[in-house]
Amino acid sequence: MSNGTLQIKAISGHAGPVPGLDTSRDYDVCKLIDVTTCIGCKACEVACLEWNGYPFRETVFDNTYQTMPDLEWNYYNLIRFNEHVADNGTLSWLMRKDQCMHCADPGCLRACPADGAIVQYTNGIVDFQQEYCIGCQYCVSGCPFNIPKFNHETKKVHKCTLCSDRVGAGLEPACIKACPTGCLHFGSKDDMKDLAEGRAKQLREHTAHINAGVYDPPGVGGTHVMYVLHDIDHPEAYGGLPKNPQIPLLVRLWKRPLKWLGNLAMAAGVLGVFVHYLRYGPKEAEEIDAKRNSDSD
Amino acid sequence: MTNGWIDIKNTDVMLIMGGNPAENHPCGFKWAVEAKRQRNAKMIVVDPRFTRTAAVADMFLQIRAGADIAFLGGMIHYALENQRIAKEYLVNFTNASFIVKDGFKLPEDGLFSGFDAATQSYDRSSWNYEAAGSGSSASGSSGHLGEGPVPASAHAGGGPTAALPSMPPNVSYDMSLEHPRAVYQLLKRQYSRYTPEMVERITGIPKDQFLKAADLFTSIRKDGDMKKTGTIIYAVGWTQHSFGTQIIRAAAMLQLLLGNVGRAGGGVNALRGHSNIQGATDVAGIFDNLPGYLKVPTPEDKDFASWMTRITPKASKPGQWDSWNYWSNTPKFAVSFLKAMYGDAAKKENGWAFDYLPKVDREYSWTHIWDDMYRGKVKGLMAFGMNSVAIGPNSQKNIDALKKADFLVVCDIYPEETSDFWRAPGITADETKNIKTEVYRLPGAGFAEKDGTFVNSARWLQWKWTAVPTPGDAKLDQEILSRIFLKVRDLYRKEGGKFPDPILNLAWNYTIPDNPSLSEVAKELNGRALTDVEDKAAGQTMKAGQQLPGYSWLRDDGSTLSGNWIWCGSWTEAGGLMQRRDPQDPSGLGIHPNWGWSWPMNRRVLYNRASCDVSGKPWDPDRTQVWWNEAQKKWIGNDVPDFKPDSPPKDHMGPFIMNAEGVGRIFAPLAAFVDGPFPEFYEPAESPIANPLHPQQSQSPVVKRYSTAMDKYGTPEKGFTVVCTTYRLTEHYHYWTKNNPMNVQLVPEPFVEIPMELAADLGIQGGDKVKVTSARASYFAKAMVTHRIHPMTIDGKKIYQIGIPIHFGYRGIQEDAGRTSRSLTNSLSPTVTDPNAYTPEFKSFLVKLEKA
Repeated sequence: MSNGTLQIKAISGHAGPVPGLDTSRDYDVCKLIDVTTCIGCKACEVACLEWNGYPFRETVFDNTYQTMPDLEWNYYNLIRFNEHVADNGTLSWLMRKDQCMHCADPGCLRACPADGAIVQYTNGIVDFQQEYCIGCQYCVSGCPFNIPKFNHETKKVHKCTLCSDRVGAGLEPACIKACPTGCLHFGSKDDMKDLAEGRAKQLREHTAHINAGVYDPPGVGGTHVMYVLHDIDHPEAYGGLPKNPQIPLLVRLWKRPLKWLGNLAMAAGVLGVFVHYLRYGPKEAEEIDAKRNSDSD
Repeated sequence: MTNGWIDIKNTDVMLIMGGNPAENHPCGFKWAVEAKRQRNAKMIVVDPRFTRTAAVADMFLQIRAGADIAFLGGMIHYALENQRIAKEYLVNFTNASFIVKDGFKLPEDGLFSGFDAATQSYDRSSWNYEAAGSGSSASGSSGHLGEGPVPASAHAGGGPTAALPSMPPNVSYDMSLEHPRAVYQLLKRQYSRYTPEMVERITGIPKDQFLKAADLFTSIRKDGDMKKTGTIIYAVGWTQHSFGTQIIRAAAMLQLLLGNVGRAGGGVNALRGHSNIQGATDVAGIFDNLPGYLKVPTPEDKDFASWMTRITPKASKPGQWDSWNYWSNTPKFAVSFLKAMYGDAAKKENGWAFDYLPKVDREYSWTHIWDDMYRGKVKGLMAFGMNSVAIGPNSQKNIDALKKADFLVVCDIYPEETSDFWRAPGITADETKNIKTEVYRLPGAGFAEKDGTFVNSARWLQWKWTAVPTPGDAKLDQEILSRIFLKVRDLYRKEGGKFPDPILNLAWNYTIPDNPSLSEVAKELNGRALTDVEDKAAGQTMKAGQQLPGYSWLRDDGSTLSGNWIWCGSWTEAGGLMQRRDPQDPSGLGIHPNWGWSWPMNRRVLYNRASCDVSGKPWDPDRTQVWWNEAQKKWIGNDVPDFKPDSPPKDHMGPFIMNAEGVGRIFAPLAAFVDGPFPEFYEPAESPIANPLHPQQSQSPVVKRYSTAMDKYGTPEKGFTVVCTTYRLTEHYHYWTKNNPMNVQLVPEPFVEIPMELAADLGIQGGDKVKVTSARASYFAKAMVTHRIHPMTIDGKKIYQIGIPIHFGYRGIQEDAGRTSRSLTNSLSPTVTDPNAYTPEFKSFLVKLEKA
């Protein structure tokens, strides 16, 4: 894969056409997580931290093998451990690598009002550009997977980049490289889809997992991170993977059908200012000085 | 491993028991996953806990810790009852047809024949084969199977053995397997008691679950099919019992019964728990071995010749069969070893300096060393690359023993529990002042700072190169050891001493004597010709000074040198073969013949002649390892044949060339094991019930206990009712990584895994502090309340099991910051060992649990 795959396809809060759209081949990348062969070794967690240069932190034992309760702004990748007792009493210990799903229709991007803070490359990677982030956290509410995390110190939001820096240089993401069992795969979406469907079929036909299936939820236009699950009917059992993720209604309304309303409100605001000016005239300099003095008290 | 890591991808069914490879060997475990993905192989996991391995298994059975022999005995019983066995293999490649001497008794009352209660040991002379022509049986029979040669009728010769019991050279046998004293019949009788009901009573595995697992594992031999293979994968969950060797024996017998040994995707596969523990074993990390598994001399061995006579086996087989009996070459290996040790000082005239070798008069195992130190006999300890106190067992005894020692030398890269034993919990500042032990800490180097070879579980020697230089004053191990040795030698030179010769004459011809390069050491381990050596049959000569291409070149006349015969062939005139990195695998079987080098002679699967039928044709045409080539009159193949290359199938040479019999031992005769020729289920030293097979003989009669005031043992009557087992976590490496913030982040604190129901009984919530107490000590940690261990019914009693990871202690990031409890898991474990291998019983003991 070349840098060409990092051509931007969509930009948050950006009016007008996307610069350079459709100038490169549309080559969707995808990470496939075969949950049925994950052993929860956390090599991906460590590789992610090391590649992104984040420090190790203090954690506290919490009655689980899971490193910590949730992702954090500088912890993009977390294996969620869940003991699951089925209706027939069968115990399974589900381990799911949780990280950004890189939705084809990303709720975060839709919700983001800051120009350029969230971009989607033509290869499908959804990437946050912290220098343009205004810290409004709309992306957090826009995400159906509860992925973006806010750094309270810098007021910026972070999440997994699918190692866009590595992928752009023709490498696989760090987590893929670290995985010892080969439960993680990386390639084109089409290839991963084939691999995933083949594996799910194998599970249905040759193991007790007759409900095995591929998690590539249509509610967000499919994802660039897919799972093979033992039981596609119960994704919630894997530490809260939503069964049918959707971009929240408010975000969808706000960004599409009701966008005119927002624009109208904005226009009304500008109009209001103009009318105010006409009615009351310009603000006097004295008033401003007086306010400055009172501010400095 | 008989096979290797990559070979696991060739299997059709895996029995993973006594090991948790997903947890402890995640990189190797990829091959188990590969077998599932590529071959639809089935994975059965049997463990006291639902583990990370169980999480990806097709079937999981929760077993009571320590009940493994009952389970495997039940499997053997099932395979025999349902004829899920490899008959041709069994008859021709194992000792199933051999006839055992009259007077041998099975342990139906808990004791084999020959038990002497006074010495707590067995007279093993009745554990032997019957000599052909000795009367009671007709040797040979018409019950011949397959294409094997028809044995002749009763054969003269053999006869009575000498005063010392040895195996008869000509063994009586019955290929119909029907003789009442045929090994096969004894096997049937021995395991007839291991019914599914009995398995359930002992192991706690419900009968229907056991039957499903037995059916699945033995399904590879359904309807006499020989193509499929099954593998057994284990680790220290089997070895760390007072009957660990016998558990592995049971596994080996099951695999022989199913015809799985020697075959791709088969075998009995020990997963080694450190990156070079196999290498340590190969060069004699154990007191009763010399390098290459030569048996140490004892005081009874008066000279080199008598030592050789004792340890060199003589072929013992049916008259018409052939046995290579490769250990008959022992003198060549021993002389070459002594030449490597003592150089020119090892001469024919002085028995190759036999007198220089220490004579081992009794047990000097790990637990025994500590017992001796506790009793004031051992005055000092040098600990390299290990944390002796944390390793245990019964850590407090080790700590107290160190208080009595004169000196302690610890070479490590972190301050650890052993170097800091004087600040163990419970020792006050005043007490510390009174500890007189002189402690030295040496600056060791980390693994990435050293070169040299690792030998992995698959017996592959792989060279590694230094990644980073040693920091500060840190020194390589070989420099530290050499400098100590040279100083000691100087002292002997100056001051003499009782017996300076072995020290003064030790061959030390390294280019840099106080810091030898490891490639030079590796070349010495391989060995070289000292004078020109000729192989007349091959028409080849190795010139003096040349590196030998293999151990068939070793001689017992002093013309060759080899530090470790099994590694001979690893560093030849072609260079260091362990440095090879050619990933090609023409056969697709994961052999990779030019990657590294595996002992012996780069064979990837041991006993691989057994991958063929009697006529020399592979059992499975899709997984061809080696085969007999009639045109060339030799064995050839994708792997290196582990066999006499020119022995034609019609000669019926046994594939198990390291056994004097040439065949696999379903019955292990004479001195092979001290506790029985067949595995029998005995309870762990600390057990919640009396052995349902023979309550009056609950534990193994030859397992000895220690007797100092620190050696206490618990019983249910004393309130120790919970079965406890110990293990490692993926996130940590022994007692080491608690110094690394990355690992500490992943698992920050010690914990105890507790079944939901037991926690509810005791009012314990997840995260609560709990106290675990054994007869020896108490351990404090937080509770992990889990569904992954469920209560069991053992012999009608409700029994709980708990589990404790071993990794924590009183030195480390969290410990030093005062954020965790500071107790050692192995302070709980008992001082009881396996009587064959001397491995402590870390995996099953009794405790009580309470909220702290």
